[in-house]
Amino acid sequence: MVKTPIYMDYQATTPVDPRVLEAMLPYFREHFGNAASRSHVFGWTAEEASEKAREQVASLIGGTGREIIWTSGATESINLAIKGIANFYADRGKHIVTCKTEHPAVLDTCKRLERSGWEVTYLDVDQTGRLDPEAVRAAMTDQTVLVSIMAANNEIGTIHPIAEIGEIVKEKGAFFHVDAVQAAGKIPFDVNEAKADLVSLSSHKMYGPKGVGALWIRRRPRVRLTPIMDGGGHERGMRSGTLNVPGVVGFGAAAEIAKNELAEESARILKLRQRLHEKIVSRLDFVHLNGHPEHRIPGNLNLSFAYVEGEGLLMALKNVALSSGSACTSASLEPSHVLRACGVDDELAHSSIRFGLGRFTTEEEVDYVADQVVAGVNRLREMSPLYEMAKEGIDLKSIAWTAH
Amino acid sequence: MAYSDKVIDHYENPRNVGSLDKDDPNVGTGLVGAPACGDVMRLQLKINADGVIEDAKFKTFGCGSAIASSSLVTEWVKGKTVEDALKISNSAIAEELALPPVKIHCSVLAEDAIKAAIADYRKKQGKE
Repeated sequence: MVKTPIYMDYQATTPVDPRVLEAMLPYFREHFGNAASRSHVFGWTAEEASEKAREQVASLIGGTGREIIWTSGATESINLAIKGIANFYADRGKHIVTCKTEHPAVLDTCKRLERSGWEVTYLDVDQTGRLDPEAVRAAMTDQTVLVSIMAANNEIGTIHPIAEIGEIVKEKGAFFHVDAVQAAGKIPFDVNEAKADLVSLSSHKMYGPKGVGALWIRRRPRVRLTPIMDGGGHERGMRSGTLNVPGVVGFGAAAEIAKNELAEESARILKLRQRLHEKIVSRLDFVHLNGHPEHRIPGNLNLSFAYVEGEGLLMALKNVALSSGSACTSASLEPSHVLRACGVDDELAHSSIRFGLGRFTTEEEVDYVADQVVAGVNRLREMSPLYEMAKEGIDLKSIAWTAH
Repeated sequence: MAYSDKVIDHYENPRNVGSLDKDDPNVGTGLVGAPACGDVMRLQLKINADGVIEDAKFKTFGCGSAIASSSLVTEWVKGKTVEDALKISNSAIAEELALPPVKIHCSVLAEDAIKAAIADYRKKQGKE
């Protein structure tokens, strides 16, 4: 019998790898020093550990340790990258290009800049959530200072053609920020192949601790930022504040493990995802895949189960931790902006479930979840007036619904 | 978000799921909500010559609270006269199920479903 609850929400967060925790523990106890203390061994030890971690994190993405700025998480990294560039280089122009399926950390930062006079272009994606690099070219003007695009999407797992986009951004002479939170450690990602100037990373999406992130900032050619946080001048003045030493040590260890095990792990997780997908679609009709069938991170499966509402389905899957693009699971009551951008009908967006598989997902769990999904969908469809109407051949779009 | 025990009970053991013959002149059908909004309720009431609701069936596309709200009203309307059924308010449904503010619209929809089913019945009977 499989152990429940089953965690299948790895795009939301991941558990800390036991090896990561082991690496962190001494930095809570004997090596508790402040990495900024220059006058004693406690400080030196902490600084040394932080520097090693910079190398580990940079190495995962093909950069150097001196290009890493520690932050409290990817939201801060993204804010620092976008606002930092916007403020430092405002005299070059006031235009930013990004994409409709970006994380709110990017979208809301851009919206705030719009209120202070910046112009932002939010590019459309195709039905699989993929951005056409030529759309980036078309959107860029001589006023464009920054292009910010995610490497892989957190909801539907779609991987953008980042290297092609980076090529165009460089050709046009703007800075390129990549939100690599869902890509780093999951698929090969290299800052030089991407032609990135700034890359945002999160520790807790790759089996490191929460509350730690990094912003990689290219040194050659040098990229400069106006800091958000003022204070003691830590992180080369770009992010003041005492370092979370155990946190960055954990992030470093997590990045090193991710790099070493990426090939083996991504192949294993991809197989599990394919197994889950197959076990569901072979037994249920009216199931739609959201996102791209191939250009997709291995651990993401996002399906819409027509005629069944997502939150209602999650209730049937109470032993499994999953998330839904249904409005009902969000405070805003708006369905997922990502599915909307892909042109998914609101009705199907309400029916979407994201399955996030990861390092500790087992075949047994996949089989259990598939069985639960099939049983849950069948049960709810028996109760669904829409399913009955669809089976009778009634076109649901022909009905005058009372929107509320 | 945690659900109340009553919502969970109705969700796991929904009362009166199913269909009545929509062509029966004694059956009123109410279909409310919209797929794009994430909830659709269909409530069917079989009403006898004395104006008493003899049977009620529902089918709902929606979250647990929407399913529970419709299940609950099928229990409540059975045996009631049409006039009394029309007095069932969304606030009574929300209170009974301890719905949080974000789910109040589910109870509103359930109230609307009763009204729509009765309106359909009256139309069929030529009473309107």
